[in-house]
Amino acid sequence: MTVIVAGPRPEPPGPWTATLAFGYRALLKIRHVPEQLFDVIAIPVVFTLMFTYLFGGALAGSPGRYLPFLLPGTLVMAVLLVSMYAGIGLNTDVGKGITGRFRSLPVWRPAPVAGAVLGDVARYLIAAGLVTVLGVIMGYRPPGGPAGVLAGIGLLLVFALSLSWAWTALGLLLRTPQAVMSTGTVVLFPLTLASNVFVQPPTMPGWLQAFVGVNPVSHLVTAERGLLGGHPAPGQIAWVLLAAAALAAVFAPLTGYLYTRRA
Amino acid sequence: MYEKRYPIAVEAEGLRKRFGATEAVRGLTLTVAAGSIYGLLGPNGAGKTTTVRILATLLRPDGGRAAVLGHDVVREAAAVRRRIALAGQAATVDEDLTGRENLVFLGRLSGLSRGGARARAADVLEAFDLAGAAGKQVKTYSGGMRRRLDLAASFLVPAELYFLDEPTTGLDPAARAQVWQIVRAAAESGATVLLTTQYLEEADRLADRVAVIDHGTVVAEGTPAALKADTGRGTLDEVFLALTQPTQGSAA
Repeated sequence: MTVIVAGPRPEPPGPWTATLAFGYRALLKIRHVPEQLFDVIAIPVVFTLMFTYLFGGALAGSPGRYLPFLLPGTLVMAVLLVSMYAGIGLNTDVGKGITGRFRSLPVWRPAPVAGAVLGDVARYLIAAGLVTVLGVIMGYRPPGGPAGVLAGIGLLLVFALSLSWAWTALGLLLRTPQAVMSTGTVVLFPLTLASNVFVQPPTMPGWLQAFVGVNPVSHLVTAERGLLGGHPAPGQIAWVLLAAAALAAVFAPLTGYLYTRRA
Repeated sequence: MYEKRYPIAVEAEGLRKRFGATEAVRGLTLTVAAGSIYGLLGPNGAGKTTTVRILATLLRPDGGRAAVLGHDVVREAAAVRRRIALAGQAATVDEDLTGRENLVFLGRLSGLSRGGARARAADVLEAFDLAGAAGKQVKTYSGGMRRRLDLAASFLVPAELYFLDEPTTGLDPAARAQVWQIVRAAAESGATVLLTTQYLEEADRLADRVAVIDHGTVVAEGTPAALKADTGRGTLDEVFLALTQPTQGSAA
């Protein structure tokens, strides 16, 4: 029987090794269950195709002139929708009880969450990459060039990672992964639709313009348009970074508190 | 081989834990000698799993105190975690990953190197008869296979104390005999095993001592032979029924 080994137990892993192990697990989950990711990416992909070819002519004179306006918006939409998985994944772990095993192991306490963040980054990059490639296939040539695209995706990652704390808190508050998904959708759809993703606000009624004006998604989209379009808007970028900091400042500690209580 | 630094592996005194309106553990006191196999017996809902979760640092007790291998489970939780392993209802594995991926991942978290984790994963998969299913996602496993994988995960690195929560529930007789053999081997290597079970035959054949738990407290404690002699019953089954029948109340 080789199962019982005598001798000293290995030293517990350091914080970085433990975080990488959890990140590795997150990547394995993307590989084994890719449909989870593609279910939500399908929406922005369909919207990109539909709005460009169906409404692009009416909205901007031609599909080709509309696409540079739309694509930064659907890029934001794709990554924000994917960010919900931070909450769904955590809720599943807690519900299935696997967090119990993690907590019985001698690992750095925040490692499960830090590792999940690494997995989230991979997911966001896949989502952003897919929408960008779709845009290029449809004829979009970002004036900001590769540097602008990278900067745009970088800013989007920062915002999405901050927003993911809100999802993890929600994931710990709600009972089932389905509840997290539907609540997340109910929050995200108004935020992404009632924004400047598809059309400029001046055509909207005043009350809607007011909402679009304070909607953080609008500011994020404007910042992305600047970066991808080769005319970065420092004010908008600062606004996005500030909103990201505020989200993280509220929801990261809340997640930590709820995690120690429930997991 | 472990030198037995602590003659007492588990020392719990007056443990209490309440979930909402139900008091799962009500003043439970328990002493487990190091190097022994100790069985916690009790009907469903008796508080076995809650007790194990408290001792394995997953739950904070509402009252009382407990020390595992000389370390307080609340104040020195990290020291406890470095010395224990946990399997069963209180722990689980990732259903999306394959059996091997689960074990390599948990091996890394237990401090094994990448190569070491892979080698140990192969060892324990073999020992728990899962080598053939190692590359399949756990969601395709049967209940018995999941239970074995979960047990396998707790034997990746040596522990001084193994908590096995209903380790053989859902296993066929051959797999059960295999688990018993592994539990005995663990005790022979000097480790302590605290297991919960609903199978009295298992406790009788495996455990050096048992505690019968009902309504969150210990109603009888001793060697299986002593319990049978004390109560004048021929089998542990009869002892158990006599002690935990709702009509007879607590007989301790």
